[in-house]
Amino acid sequence: MKRSRTRLLLYIPLVAMFIFYLVPLYVMLTTGFKSFEEIDLQTMWSLPQNGLHFDNFIEAFTKLAPYFKNSILMVVPAALISSVLGSLNGYVLSKWKFKGADVIFPLILFGMFIPYQSILIPLVQFMKEINLYGGVSGLILAHVIYGIPITTLTFRNYYATIPKELLEAARIDGADIMGIFFKIMLPISLPSFVVVLIWQFTSAWNDFIFAVVLTGSQSWPVTVALNNMAGSQIISWNVQMAGSFLAALPTLLIYIFLGNYFLRGLMAGALKG
Amino acid sequence: MRRKFDKDRLIGFLLVLPSIVAVAIFIYGFIGWSAKVSLSQWKGLMPNYTWAKPLLSNYLELFQDPRFQVDVRNTALFTVLFVAGALLLGLFLAILLDQDLKGESIFRTVFLFPMAISYIVTGVVWRWLMNPAQGTRMSGFNLLFDKLGLDFLVNNWYTTPGWGIAFIAIPAIWQMSGYVMALYLSGLRSIPQELREAARVDGANEWQIYRHIILPLVQPITFSAMIILGHISLKVFDLIIAVAGKQLQLDVPAVYMWQTTFDGGFYSRGAAISILLLISVAVLVIPYLRYSLKTEESL
Repeated sequence: MKRSRTRLLLYIPLVAMFIFYLVPLYVMLTTGFKSFEEIDLQTMWSLPQNGLHFDNFIEAFTKLAPYFKNSILMVVPAALISSVLGSLNGYVLSKWKFKGADVIFPLILFGMFIPYQSILIPLVQFMKEINLYGGVSGLILAHVIYGIPITTLTFRNYYATIPKELLEAARIDGADIMGIFFKIMLPISLPSFVVVLIWQFTSAWNDFIFAVVLTGSQSWPVTVALNNMAGSQIISWNVQMAGSFLAALPTLLIYIFLGNYFLRGLMAGALKG
Repeated sequence: MRRKFDKDRLIGFLLVLPSIVAVAIFIYGFIGWSAKVSLSQWKGLMPNYTWAKPLLSNYLELFQDPRFQVDVRNTALFTVLFVAGALLLGLFLAILLDQDLKGESIFRTVFLFPMAISYIVTGVVWRWLMNPAQGTRMSGFNLLFDKLGLDFLVNNWYTTPGWGIAFIAIPAIWQMSGYVMALYLSGLRSIPQELREAARVDGANEWQIYRHIILPLVQPITFSAMIILGHISLKVFDLIIAVAGKQLQLDVPAVYMWQTTFDGGFYSRGAAISILLLISVAVLVIPYLRYSLKTEESL
């Protein structure tokens, strides 16, 4: 009896924290759904009074639409290419270790942690040199290359759990390295592909530093556009709130529907598990 | 058989080779290039790799630079508050969720969702929540506190003189504590139930079980989380830009580097900041990488 009452008390901090985490979402949504007449900083905490309006979302979307397009054009190829590279690297570095592979792996891994400022000046110079500065392709290239460490890590950890015997058997049957990859490894690693694709999609979508330095205003992804919108004096806060929600929506939906894969990606990033 | 094996091994190497070359150039080559810029006289748009005189003058100037001193203090303050806050909150939430309560998965989902959204979104929303305006123009949390009769909590948030950066730790904790919770939760779940049962039989209360059995067992997670949060906080950039733009008060090395390089054209100074930033991250991360890979091998 006493035990169940103390257990009930545990809900007090849980619910309090639940509210704390949802506050930004609450403000984004309630503000977004108010009509323009209702928008007032004084009533920012109240619910929409005259039904749901979509004016703010429509205005935010009209303003952000071209940048959404840029984000999608950038994120999809970046996620796909870096996942393919990661799976090949992970496969070889776990199952076909060559001399020095164990030295190379940590060197690749370190790239995951570096502050990107430390490669930013050369990166800009390099992109100018190869004429990719300012556009979406340069940004894709950056995300692919700097995504190699995390994608390699995730796949290597996964492939390491696959028993050697499976490969030996396939080899005796005459399969070569690519045959084993396509017939055995690829089919069983589809869940890992989902994990890595989600991870790369999310981090490229949410990236700011590469985008702000490498792209011109025509090619801005939505994060840079949103930040500029927030810095401008002309665009009112209600549209900013609606815009923030829209910019968060794609990754939020992925999180809601594919949460377990998202979580596995997070855990891989911590090097454990 | 043997020949074929060697051929496969060669193909394997060739498959990884593009990535190795890319990493060698874009990570290590570029770091070297940045280091070279940091030792040069490059100011303005045209690259100028003439060695600085004295060679380390960009670094020496930084140590004398009042703005950089503010940055170091801001980073230190932010790191302490953010790391401690996210660790404690994450551990607290994980322990709460470890009690087999109803609705656990809903709580877990909500605590972790900020990880899915960008620092820019977080920053834009929190800048309105932490709006420092007072009096009739009050909004955000100030307005809420005022309405709830908690006037003493009304404050200047990130515009508080000298301590503004401390308030940036709040949205950062909001964003990252769910991640810490998830790390701890996976650790707590892997502790066998028998261990707790045995302690209970021996008369230990829940508090003692956590204090003396569980917490020591999740020590490695605390260590990992500290390193991960610590290196994130050294690199903090997007969040500050989105909350406050380029205010000098909230300046950190990552922002200073960006601004002085790409707005100001002080490439050599920017590169020196970036190399110092890299060194501080490396000091934290390299031992961690060695430790992680070593424990992995012994498994």
